[in-house]
Amino acid sequence: MTTVAPNIPAPRSPRRLRGRTNTELYSWLFMRASGMLLLILVFTHLFVNLMTGDGINALDFAFVAGKWADPLWQVWDLMMLWLAMIHGTNGLRTVINDYAERDQLRMWLKVGLYTATTITVVLGTLVIFTFDPCPPDAAADLLPSFCQAP
Amino acid sequence: MTAVAEAPAASSVVPSFQVTVRLRRFNPESDTEPRWEDHTVTMHGTDRVLDALHKIKWEIDGSLTFRRSCAHGICGSDAMRINGRNRLACKTLLKDLPLDKPITVEPIKGMTVLKDLVVDMDPFFEAYKSIMPFLITSGNEPTRERRQSPEERARYDDTTKCIMCAACTSSCPIYWTDGQYFGPQAIVGAHRFIFDSRDEGAEQRLEILNDRDGVWRCRTTFNCTDACPRGIEVTKAIQEVKRALLFRRV
Repeated sequence: MTTVAPNIPAPRSPRRLRGRTNTELYSWLFMRASGMLLLILVFTHLFVNLMTGDGINALDFAFVAGKWADPLWQVWDLMMLWLAMIHGTNGLRTVINDYAERDQLRMWLKVGLYTATTITVVLGTLVIFTFDPCPPDAAADLLPSFCQAP
Repeated sequence: MTAVAEAPAASSVVPSFQVTVRLRRFNPESDTEPRWEDHTVTMHGTDRVLDALHKIKWEIDGSLTFRRSCAHGICGSDAMRINGRNRLACKTLLKDLPLDKPITVEPIKGMTVLKDLVVDMDPFFEAYKSIMPFLITSGNEPTRERRQSPEERARYDDTTKCIMCAACTSSCPIYWTDGQYFGPQAIVGAHRFIFDSRDEGAEQRLEILNDRDGVWRCRTTFNCTDACPRGIEVTKAIQEVKRALLFRRV
């Protein structure tokens, strides 16, 4: 006669494994990395715009249009936009988590925050890549001087 | 000769002074809101805030309720908010406080006040329990002690000093607004085992502290380090746990 050993679970099972979620770890790490990158991006941006060449006096529509004709500054501004927006949104997310006590309020504040972020990022990205200093059917007196009259 | 003989006698007289203690009182049977109550007592230069509380309780109002056990800074029972800062009443000398103004004494923040200066410490100890504050090993028990070098012991020496008074946890602004956060003390308790070379439960403890309400909620405000009556560098310990999580290296 053979007996089958009953399968009895271990008396003490470890804390239930939920699958490793590192969301908070990555968001914390992102804040550090993006913060350092933003320091370089923003201060170089300020230096180029305000200090080099004619400095602040050179700042006008044509100056911005000229910068956005260069892929380097397109990518530069795009990175500033995305990093600053996500960095700020993540910061506000933690502030909401820390200080909004009611679940409903917390949810709606975050919905508002993410909506505003999405709109700003999408519109900003669109502007950087579709910017045309001389739209073809605009009134001539509104265009900068370097646009050739049609 | 007489002058010399008298001098030590004169200096050994401990100066006494009047102290006004402004207590935050709450009696759950009669009060709906906590209220302030002033008591002026004559104290001596060697007295601590705890002595003033004793004098009030024993000579003026026996209904004053507070916790204290050893009264010498080891048991961790009498953490309270003295002049707006978390301290142990038994380690705070009256002469070190500004005596021209009343000394405010309140219960520690972020926990439910049960009566006067006594708060409900259950959530605090629950957080501590959840990081498993005991040695976790595998295999057979050794027949001798588990050996450790002085260097390995020094790795977590700072966090062994914790007396669980809750001064750090109840000074943390994140803990005040969100009771789900483990709080600095639980992380200190975890640090003491995570960095212990004899312990094998580091991975599990790190996993627990990697939670949404774990170490990542720390905003590095250093309130806990300032509050600790044992001088533990609490914020540093929390950062070390973060680093261990980040690099998966203890």
